[in-house]
Amino acid sequence: MSVMERDNLLFQGADWDFGTIQRIHDAVEAIGVGEMGLDVYPNQIEVITAEQMLDAYASIGMPLFYKHWSFGKRFALHEASYRQGFMGLAYEIVINSNPCISYIMEENSATMQTLVIAHAAFGHNHFFKNNYLFQEWTDADGILDYLEFAKGYITRCEERYGHAAVERVLDAAHALMSHGIHRYPRKKRPDLRSEERREKERHLHLEQTFNDLWRTVPTKGAAAKPQLSDERRRALLELPQENLLYFLEKSAPRLQLWQREILRIVRQIAQYFYPQRQTKVMNEGCATYCHYRIMTRLHETGQISDGAFLEFLQSHTNVTRQAEYDDPHYGGINPYALGFGMMQDIERICTKPTAEDREWFPEIAGSGDAMAVLRDVWANYRDESFISQYLSPHLMRQWRMFHLVDDPDQPELRIEAIHDERGYRRLRRSLSRHYDVGWSDPDIQVIDVDLAGDRRLILHHHVLNRTLLHKDDAQRVLQMVANLWGYAVVLKEVEPSTGAIFQEHVAHPHETLF
Amino acid sequence: MYIIDRRLNPGGKSLANRQRFLRRAKAQIQRAVRQTAGDRDITDLERGGEVTIPADGVREPSFRRSGEGGVHDHILPGNKRFIEGDTIDRPPGGGGGSSSGGDNGEGDDDFRFALTRDEFLDLFLDDLELPDLAKRRVATVETQGLRRAGYTVTGSPVNLALLRSMRNALSRRIAMRRPKPHELLRLEEEIERLETQEGPSEHLTALRQELEQLRLRTKRFPYIDPLDLRYRRFEPVSRPVAQAVMFCLMDVSGSMTEHMKDLAKRFYMLLYIFLTRRYKHVEIVFIRHTHEAKEVDEETFFNSPETGGTVVSSALREMQRIVEERYSPDAWNIYAAQASDGDNSPNDGSTSAALLRDVLLPVCQYYAYLEVGSDSDRMQTGFINHKTSLWQTYETLQEQGAHLAMRKVNHRREIYPVFRELFRRRDAEAGARVP
Repeated sequence: MSVMERDNLLFQGADWDFGTIQRIHDAVEAIGVGEMGLDVYPNQIEVITAEQMLDAYASIGMPLFYKHWSFGKRFALHEASYRQGFMGLAYEIVINSNPCISYIMEENSATMQTLVIAHAAFGHNHFFKNNYLFQEWTDADGILDYLEFAKGYITRCEERYGHAAVERVLDAAHALMSHGIHRYPRKKRPDLRSEERREKERHLHLEQTFNDLWRTVPTKGAAAKPQLSDERRRALLELPQENLLYFLEKSAPRLQLWQREILRIVRQIAQYFYPQRQTKVMNEGCATYCHYRIMTRLHETGQISDGAFLEFLQSHTNVTRQAEYDDPHYGGINPYALGFGMMQDIERICTKPTAEDREWFPEIAGSGDAMAVLRDVWANYRDESFISQYLSPHLMRQWRMFHLVDDPDQPELRIEAIHDERGYRRLRRSLSRHYDVGWSDPDIQVIDVDLAGDRRLILHHHVLNRTLLHKDDAQRVLQMVANLWGYAVVLKEVEPSTGAIFQEHVAHPHETLF
Repeated sequence: MYIIDRRLNPGGKSLANRQRFLRRAKAQIQRAVRQTAGDRDITDLERGGEVTIPADGVREPSFRRSGEGGVHDHILPGNKRFIEGDTIDRPPGGGGGSSSGGDNGEGDDDFRFALTRDEFLDLFLDDLELPDLAKRRVATVETQGLRRAGYTVTGSPVNLALLRSMRNALSRRIAMRRPKPHELLRLEEEIERLETQEGPSEHLTALRQELEQLRLRTKRFPYIDPLDLRYRRFEPVSRPVAQAVMFCLMDVSGSMTEHMKDLAKRFYMLLYIFLTRRYKHVEIVFIRHTHEAKEVDEETFFNSPETGGTVVSSALREMQRIVEERYSPDAWNIYAAQASDGDNSPNDGSTSAALLRDVLLPVCQYYAYLEVGSDSDRMQTGFINHKTSLWQTYETLQEQGAHLAMRKVNHRREIYPVFRELFRRRDAEAGARVP
């Protein structure tokens, strides 16, 4: 290595200080923004210890969060397995906020810090800022303020109404978290900063508009009141409704104002994380592709040494390793591996397309500018659409993918499709469906309320592939729904095509709970 | 770009969550701790440790599909020999397939995690309470003491608060413009100089007048005035006695085997841990006895062999002597635990009983008698016929209404339950018994 190249190095050895981090960040920025055209929120890099990383794990990676026992449980679980050496900690955690906060561990070597900054502070950051789901569903500017408000609000509730009462509402809200999401965009983009103000306004509005006319105590004349038509009633209650938390927050007759607000807080947070669940492969793929490109460029320009590059490669290959199905370590498809594989495949199609690629991807094959294509992909797709659009026959062959179906009515498992001419499209369609949260989450909706009678709430689970709900869990969650609703709740598991009912769960509220 | 060093931020951010978790799962954790303590070596008790609780109690349910029934499909990498339409035998263990179990997170497995030492001991001792707490009012045993309570204007000279008094004097002197010594001195020097050099003049007279006035003022406003004095005020308070002494009495005659001594030792240790949690300061007195008793150090107490007969009253008398000499019942909480194999010389029974009833039990918070047996005579426990002479003596005492706890133990694992039983909250029980 010549003297000049040595001078060019960002760091030597494993040690680093804040000056090194600054130099690394600037060098990575030069490549990421300058050469690759990434568009990122300003970065805020925070150095933390292993214990703080465990803390962050417990609160879903967020820097501040309200208090709940389940986070304590998660912390205990992680801590136990970490102390026994069963689990390594992540090198970083990155938060979708503006400025984008990346936590990096103090134990990381200088090479790892470079990798982490390239991965999180540029890869994930670009994805958060540009992907349409994040733009539509999350409010990066307001999230930290909102969490602050939520934390304070729940603490005040605990002081005022007692730990136990708040815990019961939170337990119920957490159980329904996966069904507390609006799946279709609403008119307005979320604005979490105004949430605190709106909470006060709602409160005020209710006080100001209190009207004795709405009292429900029956009078003699009221008996003659015409029944609302079914249609009208459902329209008023916005039924059918798949966002159970939203429905309970707005329509449960017996909840206190603060209980509704807690449901709302949990719902907002669930909504904030909703895009992350839908873009696991793309998000990690984007970050992994970015760090690979950036690290390679740093090495090519002599800014990191051969030794550092080898250290990076070792870690990189670990992360992007995909075990085969018959490997004892097989644990499902690795989103890093699939995402990175597909991003690299797109680069290959753009620069060195084969005849097959030209047939499958006429609009991008041979376009030459891989980064432009990738930036477009990162902005406009989620996992499901990304896979159904861009998984190439080449990659399916390389991974030797096949589709296995387990039908309990058949005596044996069947290979439905493999990586051949007849199977490509079916294989791709089934894989993309695995990443569709609308398909993988059970579809449960509020269908109706018996307003005139016993106020029973009726939920339907539209059964897919004859897979029913986990019975024990369903009963427990239903109990919580009943407690929130204040009256009996029925959950029917229905086959959508025929309307046949497989199973019915019923829960009655514990009168004393709320 | 900002770099922020968060490493020095206070840790334990999850503490509040952890407390909520422990509270939530308290019943299960307590059960687990109880089990762990049973298996564990007693010297390890002060350590924290891992406990396992059933996952059911801390389950977070959600609407999710069950792993069984229905059609499942998987996309798998690494095909080696399959072609479309192939069939494979169902792997043993039924449907599901390879990948469905992992990511649901919540299996029905047990939940393992580590407790810190404090958490462990807290839980361990949590439902133990001092014996007859309500009745004998251990917690309210009080001594009178004095506590500083500000300042007062009257008091005895020993309580004079010098600093405070001088401060008051200083501020008064400043407020009253009492001339400072160096001002007087300067004036005197000036006058002297004028007198020697120039003789009488108008200026000199003015200066003399001024000096006269200042001297007057100095006299009128004294350096320190009774007004300035402040005394430290004390208030009588009663404080709970925060110290305890634990008497370990043990028969070391030839009939006590190593095994029995070991049992006794474990009991003492447990008692010690328990007392150190309750009291700031705990002392231990070891008294061993054969036909005569002696106060010894711990090493000798447990290890050095001794031969002779057995006279229990000798140990009781020794304890009485030590209590009178060093541990006044007003200032100390006295606990005693006696371990013996139950032998006593036949003519000593009534002496021991009288000593215990009339002298020792009234001053003790708690007196426990632990009868240790060998491993082999477990079977005989509970036989009415097999009562040792000491047991009979104490039983009579107990029937007469003395507060005396008695248990028989044959094996290490029985110690902890016995301990729990001896120390469990008596409120409910007492309430039931007292008509």
